[in-house]
Amino acid sequence: MESEIELIEYIESYLNDELSTEDKIAFEKLRAENPVIDLKVVEHQILLNQVTEYGTRVKLKADLNEAYELLDVTSIKAGLFPPLHRMRLIINKFKFNTAIAASVAIITVFATLLSTGYFNKNSTNNYKALRRDINNIKRSQNQLIKGINDLPEKGPVNPGQFGGTGFALTSNGYIVTNYHVVKDADSVYVQNVNGESFKVKQIYVDPAYDIAVLQITDPGFKELGSLPYTFKKSGSDLGEDVYTIGFPRDDQVFNRGYLSSLTGYGGDTLTYQVDISVNPGNSGGPLLNNKGNVIGIINAKQMQIEGAAFAIKSNFILQSVDAIPQDSLENKLVLNKKNTMSGLSRTDQYKKIKDYIFMVKVY
Amino acid sequence: MSKKINKSELVDAEIIIGIQKGSKDSLNSLYNSFYPMVLQFVLANNGDEDEAKDIFQESVIVLYNKVKSGGFELNSKLKTFIYSVCRRLWLKRLNQKSRNSASELRDFEEFQAVEYDLEFHQQKDAQFLQMEKALMHLGEPCRTIIEDYYIKNQSMQEITEKFGYTNADNAKTQKYKCLQRLKKLFFQP
Repeated sequence: MESEIELIEYIESYLNDELSTEDKIAFEKLRAENPVIDLKVVEHQILLNQVTEYGTRVKLKADLNEAYELLDVTSIKAGLFPPLHRMRLIINKFKFNTAIAASVAIITVFATLLSTGYFNKNSTNNYKALRRDINNIKRSQNQLIKGINDLPEKGPVNPGQFGGTGFALTSNGYIVTNYHVVKDADSVYVQNVNGESFKVKQIYVDPAYDIAVLQITDPGFKELGSLPYTFKKSGSDLGEDVYTIGFPRDDQVFNRGYLSSLTGYGGDTLTYQVDISVNPGNSGGPLLNNKGNVIGIINAKQMQIEGAAFAIKSNFILQSVDAIPQDSLENKLVLNKKNTMSGLSRTDQYKKIKDYIFMVKVY
Repeated sequence: MSKKINKSELVDAEIIIGIQKGSKDSLNSLYNSFYPMVLQFVLANNGDEDEAKDIFQESVIVLYNKVKSGGFELNSKLKTFIYSVCRRLWLKRLNQKSRNSASELRDFEEFQAVEYDLEFHQQKDAQFLQMEKALMHLGEPCRTIIEDYYIKNQSMQEITEKFGYTNADNAKTQKYKCLQRLKKLFFQP
């Protein structure tokens, strides 16, 4: 073997089985004797194998790519999958997380509502009695009902859950007030200006007109003297001076104003708009004119607008009274027709009228 | 009445023989029979089309190596073998991407243990990559000479003409030098 080149060539021929039988035997003998040559043979063999394997694999890859090109992948894909497959997988995967998130959200909502007092039904602003659902008018009115439960307690008597005002229809114990004042009541009491309480029962309610008629059933009740005021049948005029007496607190409060519109909230023809300052608790109070005629019942005010209170027209009180079946009543309900207040000054009018105006306490 | 038999899907044994011979028909047949299954599997487990293609190619290479080394006995369905290999390869890839840390794989077929085959495949793969790297570092014209002579089985005469050597001896010397360098690159990277 003269040179390395020839040796390698010889090895290659040997590996490719190109030698004659004698040469092959001779070379194998040389290989057995000379470990350096043997190593070279092994090395060369491995190298050649690797090169060939590399070649075949490159070719295989090319063939595979070619075969892949022949495939119609889109149609295979269409054949495989229902379209929501992926979506459902995602839903499945995040089901647990979603459940936790949802529970946290629900707990937070209820905790917030609870802590802000949403469930506290005693709040006066949530009292919805006077929303005139029959007209489908959404009212942003503030009910003039007074929550008196947060006032300091007076004596052993449990203060009412709600309060309002009422006034006598007749001298024998019939009282008119707003329906929303006595709505959902367990029991109703009225208290006169001297602080005497009488139990009453509801004998007639008209949610549409927001009118309720009560009767004093308490045996301790003595008949009032004849009523000083009357109920005006006809409509009143714009600009008329009016006043009301009510119980926004535990004592009677006088307020004065004028009739500012012949219709109420949203053009409601059941009520007048009155420019008068009234507060929760004035609901059910009488609206009187200069002559001492009752022209309406205070029932609400509008929150966003200055001086817009509303009063139910007296005409509807008369209609409600007429609607009560007289036969079912223990005492006759006859309305007073004689006004004894016209011509008196305000202060004298008040002195005459104060005994006929009651605080309505609702339990 | 003669019924035309389509050259459609070959049975498992025919495919394996075809692969041994390196026939393209058997590769096409492999794709037609098994690619939909693999595509479905990969897509259902957070993969896309390209990844399905890669995985399937690799599984065919595993099969090829196994057939070539004579170790393939048809003791299970070819379908199960391909599916198992793909499943294993995909699991490995998902772990690398760590996309699938918690949830289980969604399976569509039954599968068998193929760890041994994959180990063998990994060895082969490493050798392949090493050779690829060695050839890449070898540079031209050495690489082409080696490839032409040892892979494409061209004669020394053709190579001499192609590269414009004055005679076959020069070409031989050149080839020898290239081979020595390749040997060095391959064994002592």
